[in-house]
Amino acid sequence: MAAERWSSRLGVILAVAGSAVGLGNFLRFPGQAAQYGGGAFMIAYFLSLLVIGLPICWAEWTMGRMAGRHGFNAAPGVFHFFVRHRWGKYLGVIGVVIPVVIYMYYVVIEAWCLGYAVNFAFGGIHFNSGEESGRFFSRFIGAGANGGAIGFHWDQVGYYLLFVFILNFTLIYRGLSKGIEWFCTWAMPALLLLAFVILLRVLTLGAPDAGQPEKNVLNGLGFMWNPEKVLLEKQTDGGWTKERELVGREIIESAEREVAADSKLRIRRVGVIEQLSKPQLWLAAAGQIFFSLSVGFGVILTYASYLSREDDIVLSGLSATSANEFFEVGLGGLITLPAAFAFLGVAGVAGMGTFALGFNVLPLVFDKMPFGTVFGCVFFFLLFLAAITSSLSMLQPGIAFLEEVLAIGRKQSVTILGLITGVGSVFVVYFSKDLKALDTLDFWVGTFLIFILATTQILVFSWGFGVRKGLEEAAHGASFRIPGIFIPVMKILCPAFLITIFGLWVLVNVFGVSFGGGEPEFSGYVRDLFINPDPVAWLAIGLVAGFAAFVSLLVARAPAYRREIQREVEP
Amino acid sequence: MTFGGWMVMILSVGSVSGLFLWCLWKVLMPPDKSEKLHGFSFETPDEKADS
Repeated sequence: MAAERWSSRLGVILAVAGSAVGLGNFLRFPGQAAQYGGGAFMIAYFLSLLVIGLPICWAEWTMGRMAGRHGFNAAPGVFHFFVRHRWGKYLGVIGVVIPVVIYMYYVVIEAWCLGYAVNFAFGGIHFNSGEESGRFFSRFIGAGANGGAIGFHWDQVGYYLLFVFILNFTLIYRGLSKGIEWFCTWAMPALLLLAFVILLRVLTLGAPDAGQPEKNVLNGLGFMWNPEKVLLEKQTDGGWTKERELVGREIIESAEREVAADSKLRIRRVGVIEQLSKPQLWLAAAGQIFFSLSVGFGVILTYASYLSREDDIVLSGLSATSANEFFEVGLGGLITLPAAFAFLGVAGVAGMGTFALGFNVLPLVFDKMPFGTVFGCVFFFLLFLAAITSSLSMLQPGIAFLEEVLAIGRKQSVTILGLITGVGSVFVVYFSKDLKALDTLDFWVGTFLIFILATTQILVFSWGFGVRKGLEEAAHGASFRIPGIFIPVMKILCPAFLITIFGLWVLVNVFGVSFGGGEPEFSGYVRDLFINPDPVAWLAIGLVAGFAAFVSLLVARAPAYRREIQREVEP
Repeated sequence: MTFGGWMVMILSVGSVSGLFLWCLWKVLMPPDKSEKLHGFSFETPDEKADS
């Protein structure tokens, strides 16, 4: 069986960038930045990029390339190579579980994007209110009842899921170079072009409703980027509580008149320092960097394992990261919220989650926009492209693992993985009521396990292997070295920051601690398992546990992981 | 949008765009170009005559 290889440096960079660029860049990032005040959020965001994003990314590229030279392409093999203990390979089990399980539900979201693009193209989307938009989305994804999403009609997810599933596996079957690399090489420039088209449309919107001039793009940009948040607060028995956020000179002047007439109202300005003192802001910024860059997914480990020692992983890692940041900050930060604000104002967009913003608010916005059918179709096709370049990357670690442990060819590995992910995706799409299956998998695998894997990786790299030795290895073939400042960052700062953020995340999202005050209460994810057990949540956990057991069994029996290895850095 | 908002936006978008463009330039630049720049060696006239 011939070893797989990337055919060009640009190709691997586009593939890794494609893996990172996804829905989060266009939907999650703008919402997070706006919620915490652009200025303060961006300070925490860029610090997180330097302290956890880049170090873990470079560690993954280095570990992957080094293990790949010794014949290991999947995470268990990489950990078997780096951890000199017979149990080391089991650390890599979650490096296979994460991408494969995330694929099971991500492909469903990908199908939603394609479905919305098609419905826009054929005029199936016309909404007069947020309720209508919400009803369409709820019916489309089957949020009302289990099994509600499985249907083969234009406004149901069936056809689209089937199509994207087949497309993903056709591309992955073609192999690394002819499948993933070929697709990303044209999809990423297409994504950039489509994003520029949408950006141009959004920035030239002005004030779409002449009767409400305060709802305009400039105020929308201000809502996203202003460092100081202006709040109208009302005095109640419990103290001052937020009434609404004020954006734009006219709105603030109008609120000042309200305050002058009512002594129980006040305007409060929340500055950058006050925002930065909130743990939630750091949690949000670090979380965004972490998930956006696809670090801790196990994907970069596998992608980098197909590189030769002469390939420049320092520049490639930085390039893929910068491409992701450009899509996220430079395009996502200028498109989504300003557009939504210009039509719906603060009340229509504040505090919206990723799905609500993407599939409830934005379709309504495009429907109100001149030539909205075209731009709506283009936008959702853009999301579809961003999603498919990510989902493809989630399959390769599984393929590499099966080929490595079973010594089988691509046809067999694609068939086995197709069956496994097919079962998982049907499970997700069937148990669609309140998106319980998807949400449970996303929380425990797409967030919790990723923290675990990323922390394990940076500890193995910096403390197990040695950060200086690691940076020496990374420097081979590189056009520039990783700066020396990253030695203490990778050894101390990054693991400490990551563990602190993980601790905060567990406190907030598992134990329900609220830093703003109030009694802690277990989160819904914990209640679904232990307090008011939900059968679907338990089935989802069973699916993950079953797959993890299957992977562990294969790892235990794999001849590839029995041999002794030398892992000295070559001169 | 306030002055601070403009500054945050320009700095954020500008820095990521600058980094992205620099990386693109580094990746797309023909590899032999940089090698020539660093690989140039001086030879004095007497060294040339010797050879």
